[in-house]
Amino acid sequence: MDFLNAIVTLLNYVIIPASSYGAQLALGALGVTLIYGILRFSNFAHGDTMAFGTAATIVVTWGLQSLGVSISPLPTALLALPFGILITAALVLGTDRAVYRFYRAKKSAPIILVMASVGVMFVMNGLTRFLIGVREIQFDDGVRFVINAREFKAATGLAEGLALRSTQVITLVTAVIVVWALFWFLGRTRTGKSMRAFSDNEDLALLSGINPEKVVAVTWIIAAAITTIAGTLFGLDKSFKAFNYFQLLLPIFAAAIVGGLGNPIGAIAGGFVIAFSEVAVTFDFRRVVAYLVPGDWTPSGPIQLLSTEYKFAVSFAILIIVLLFKPTGLFKGKSV
Amino acid sequence: MKKLLLASAAIALVAGAAGAEEIKLGVAVGFTGPLESLAPNMALGAEMAIAEVSNSGLLLGGSTVVAVRGDTTCTDAAAATAMAERLVTAERINGMIGGMCSGETTATLQNVAMPNGIVMISPSATSPALTTIDDNGLFFRTSPSDARQGDVMTEIMMERGIKSAAVTYTNNDYGKGLADSFAAAFEAAGGTITIVQAHDDGKADYSADVAALAAAGGDILVVAGYIDQGGAGIVRGALDAGAFDLFEFPDGMIGQNLVDKFGPEITGSFGQNTAAAGVGRDTYLAMATAAGFDGTSAYSSESYDAAALILLSMAAAGSSDPAVYKGKIMDVANAPGEQILPGELAKALEIIAAGGEVDYVGATAVEMIEPGESAGSFRELEFQGGQMNVVRYR
Repeated sequence: MDFLNAIVTLLNYVIIPASSYGAQLALGALGVTLIYGILRFSNFAHGDTMAFGTAATIVVTWGLQSLGVSISPLPTALLALPFGILITAALVLGTDRAVYRFYRAKKSAPIILVMASVGVMFVMNGLTRFLIGVREIQFDDGVRFVINAREFKAATGLAEGLALRSTQVITLVTAVIVVWALFWFLGRTRTGKSMRAFSDNEDLALLSGINPEKVVAVTWIIAAAITTIAGTLFGLDKSFKAFNYFQLLLPIFAAAIVGGLGNPIGAIAGGFVIAFSEVAVTFDFRRVVAYLVPGDWTPSGPIQLLSTEYKFAVSFAILIIVLLFKPTGLFKGKSV
Repeated sequence: MKKLLLASAAIALVAGAAGAEEIKLGVAVGFTGPLESLAPNMALGAEMAIAEVSNSGLLLGGSTVVAVRGDTTCTDAAAATAMAERLVTAERINGMIGGMCSGETTATLQNVAMPNGIVMISPSATSPALTTIDDNGLFFRTSPSDARQGDVMTEIMMERGIKSAAVTYTNNDYGKGLADSFAAAFEAAGGTITIVQAHDDGKADYSADVAALAAAGGDILVVAGYIDQGGAGIVRGALDAGAFDLFEFPDGMIGQNLVDKFGPEITGSFGQNTAAAGVGRDTYLAMATAAGFDGTSAYSSESYDAAALILLSMAAAGSSDPAVYKGKIMDVANAPGEQILPGELAKALEIIAAGGEVDYVGATAVEMIEPGESAGSFRELEFQGGQMNVVRYR
């Protein structure tokens, strides 16, 4: 029984939250890695593209709700997602037309594109706040729990509760579908193959008749789709606040770099590595240990590596360690 | 040039003489930031007192009083200082109702109010550190110190038989001051504090903070945070994970938003905020309802009292100069004198003009103790099925 309690505690506070957070980071990192691999620059506007995509989705969600459309028990936002993606795709294509294409035509160094993306980040940031404001917004209207902590305790008779929110399940399921679809697209379709060719060797791809503008446009559309999905899942699971997405930029980049920039599998692995380390390093294992050791061995103080306030420091630390010892990331990506 | 100098000297003389003037009062609360849902009702409370006095035409020979709003942001001391600087130098205020949060209030007091000799009466800054601050007699508050709130919380919890508590506080002067004074009082009363942990506002996810609190355990979770910020995030996380079922909410968490957000999920939890029972409060609530805002909102009545105190002190001192009227605030607030309730400010001004004394009671039963803060009456609240009910006053 004690052993079960320890496992339930670990599931409730570490494994479930870290898995859904990891899936959100993985999707975010996938977008960064895609842009980096094909367009060859680190897109700093990524976090704010997520925020914009989520804001657009929320606006459509409100519209659907006022029309009385609902897919209960699932949140209405899932129905609004395709529209959010369309709006975001239009925005990023417009940005590409207005900003990035100019530098691409001039064959500017990647660092110039990076700096341009910082500018885009600020503009998008303002745009999002203009569209929806700076307040915290809850837009999850579906059934909240798959497993409720109190009911779980009552049903199993365990001392520890287990909570599984429906948004966490939706996050994981959607992430799996998106990743599968992306890999199928990159590996099986003609456009996907031409994107990979363009990523591997731009000149050779051009020589074999691949239209670069089409590759760029498709890349942006896919990135917009993944970004909006990642942002909406994050917002559903936690809550929407424009500023939080900006803060998400660090763990997302850490995930992409740890996994190896430009490598999609690396981005996914990186997302989970960062999420699990953030949660596990700041978790206080006292309760878990208390269930596993004999009574009088139970420690009175916390068994915690870092206080929760240092959560962000974890992704920084992992980032630096990886850059020092394995600059190309865990899965061979391009060096930064 | 000579003429101009003469003319301005003449104007200065006229302005200096006791006569009708336009008095400006700053109303500096956090219209944006972690308590933004409380700020509008606070400003409306203060402005109601200002309008009452101004319309009576009885202050300093028929002077009019105008409120000038400023946003303290509650958390950004630099922004609050700049705003106060503007109120003092550009708007030329004669006194300030504010600030709202303890850290920002301390910064404004030290950087702006003291160098310029402006009186500040804060309706809601409750950090114990403000009791001992060196303020040249310029700082007052119509709310009690959190040292007192710590005692009240301990009393409530002891009566309910709660023996162990986990404490989380918002990482600033208010949160730390309240958490420390509560922890000290609770342990002195024989309770056990399992953990005292800071949380940062403005994060998306508090599951890690909740996990640490859950690991420490306890009968109840004390959330010394803000309702529009991390405090709500912590409660959400704790409820979702099933980490705590019972919560104690200090003043920063009390508001309609708390009920709107959590409804029946926090049934059985309780809290307290400053508010006195009695005729004064009832009168104030009726006045607020008539004026079209919610007078029960936290610190709204304290704001009314802060503005009333400044204006009555001006009348008692016969001057709108902060250096002169600051000495009258304690006299006006305390006995002896005729008791003054909300809505009776005109009557108070008449008494003062006739040479009598007033004892301002106001909406919160104002009783000032040295060095210029409210002795503090609290109301104990309990949450039942999506309703916030008043249990009793302390």
